[in-house]
Amino acid sequence: MRTVAVVGASLAGLSAARSLRKRGYDGRLVVIGDEPHRPYDRPPLSKEFLAGTLGEADLALERDDEDLQAEWVLGTRATGLDRTERAIRLADGREMRADGVVIATGAAARTLPGTEGLAGVHVLRTLDDARALRDDLARGGRLVVIGGGFIGAEVASTAYALGLDVTVVEAAPTPLAGPLGEVMGGIVSALHTDHGVRLLCGVGVKGLSGGERSETGVPPDGVRGRVDAVLLEDGRSIPADTVVVGVGARPCVEWLEGSGVALDNGVKCGADGRTSLAGVVAVGDCANWYDPHAGIHRRVEHWTGALERPDAAVATLLAYGATQPGVPRPPYFWSDQYGVKIQFVGHAAGADSVTVEEGAPDERSFLAVYRRAGTPVAVLGMNQPRLFTRWRKQFTAARP
Amino acid sequence: MMIPACRLADLPRGEAHRLDIDPPVSVFHTDDGELFAIDDTCTHQDASLADGWLEGCEVECPLHASKFDLRTGAVDAPPAKLPVRTHEVLVEDGMIYVRLSTEAPNLPPCIASRLAGGPA
Repeated sequence: MRTVAVVGASLAGLSAARSLRKRGYDGRLVVIGDEPHRPYDRPPLSKEFLAGTLGEADLALERDDEDLQAEWVLGTRATGLDRTERAIRLADGREMRADGVVIATGAAARTLPGTEGLAGVHVLRTLDDARALRDDLARGGRLVVIGGGFIGAEVASTAYALGLDVTVVEAAPTPLAGPLGEVMGGIVSALHTDHGVRLLCGVGVKGLSGGERSETGVPPDGVRGRVDAVLLEDGRSIPADTVVVGVGARPCVEWLEGSGVALDNGVKCGADGRTSLAGVVAVGDCANWYDPHAGIHRRVEHWTGALERPDAAVATLLAYGATQPGVPRPPYFWSDQYGVKIQFVGHAAGADSVTVEEGAPDERSFLAVYRRAGTPVAVLGMNQPRLFTRWRKQFTAARP
Repeated sequence: MMIPACRLADLPRGEAHRLDIDPPVSVFHTDDGELFAIDDTCTHQDASLADGWLEGCEVECPLHASKFDLRTGAVDAPPAKLPVRTHEVLVEDGMIYVRLSTEAPNLPPCIASRLAGGPA
């Protein structure tokens, strides 16, 4: 293998590039990224970066003394993969031939239809998104966050600390019920109301108001003025100076249509990241990996997955698919909201019980274990890092 | 400077003992019975490595995923980029002592700015 192209220059792409070198690959290594930036860390974008306590230099993922001997092709996106030539087509017209391809194109924030060109409306996924949102939050005033998931909750928490008046709107009856289950989702999302942040649940968003009214929708110059309210399905109108849309992300795999790489909720992969095309593996948020424990494919959008899983995929790539997949650690994620550390490992779906083992939910300091038929399947900690680590270790070791 | 940490008998294998000095330092007793002392604060963010995941001669930060080598202080993975300081450990009459490094510590941005008297 003489040329490997890593498509995607965020954590998963960087982890794959590091793994290639660590495993002795000494050929040509090309890393392609659609953003103009070198790899940077996203978790602080909704927290310390937005709050102004971390700057852009602090977000860099590469160490100062690090040199992967890679060619960085940044600021241009991949638009296609030619299976016969094994070539990646780029938006700027170039083609990059490669013997091995690592797909790490991640996911893009979902937007609300009809909000294009409306000033004051943000999603939060990239550094450029975070810069724009930070500038708007500095204006103060009223922030409405659409979506009570982790990104929405972290933005609400950060904006509250910056002194804004914050409302969170969540379509489901309980925020975070998907990842944490109803009971724990309720306990964690109660952090909002603890701090006087309004939480409106079980109501959908009909649209946004503000800007220029136009018969034809978006004016020719694309600028419509500023948002002034969020309109709810039940007829309420919530005044807003700034709106953040935090309603999840979709895998960036359009560029692979027709390439022969099987797609199904992202890139469909084996338990070692292999795709339906030989010499092509997928990692990170765009990859729908097979989970041998559950017997299903799962797309895991966690930072630790983007860090840890590329090594298995790279091993597969370098061995031409002749490796035995290792067992990845169970998925782990964290969140920081209102000064409370939230940690979670495993899968809550399918649990038939949740028990608080230590501490007290009322004090926002506890550890809860999710079980199915008596066997732990997930652990949640609030402000219990030491205890959580012990449980996570036991839980990981006990996996069949 | 030599600082008494704790009695060896009070620190089982697989456990860590934190010294609440500024910046804090922790002594780790590995499963193989070796003793190591390193700065306790992850160089990425304010987290106590004594609360972390000890495996072999490595400790993983309890919050994020960076692992530090107890022997050298080197970090192997993001989000941390800088190593922690290592300190010499001595055992005398069943008591563990730490001889503090004279190097400057690598503290996370939030702590470094607090110690410098800047905004937290």
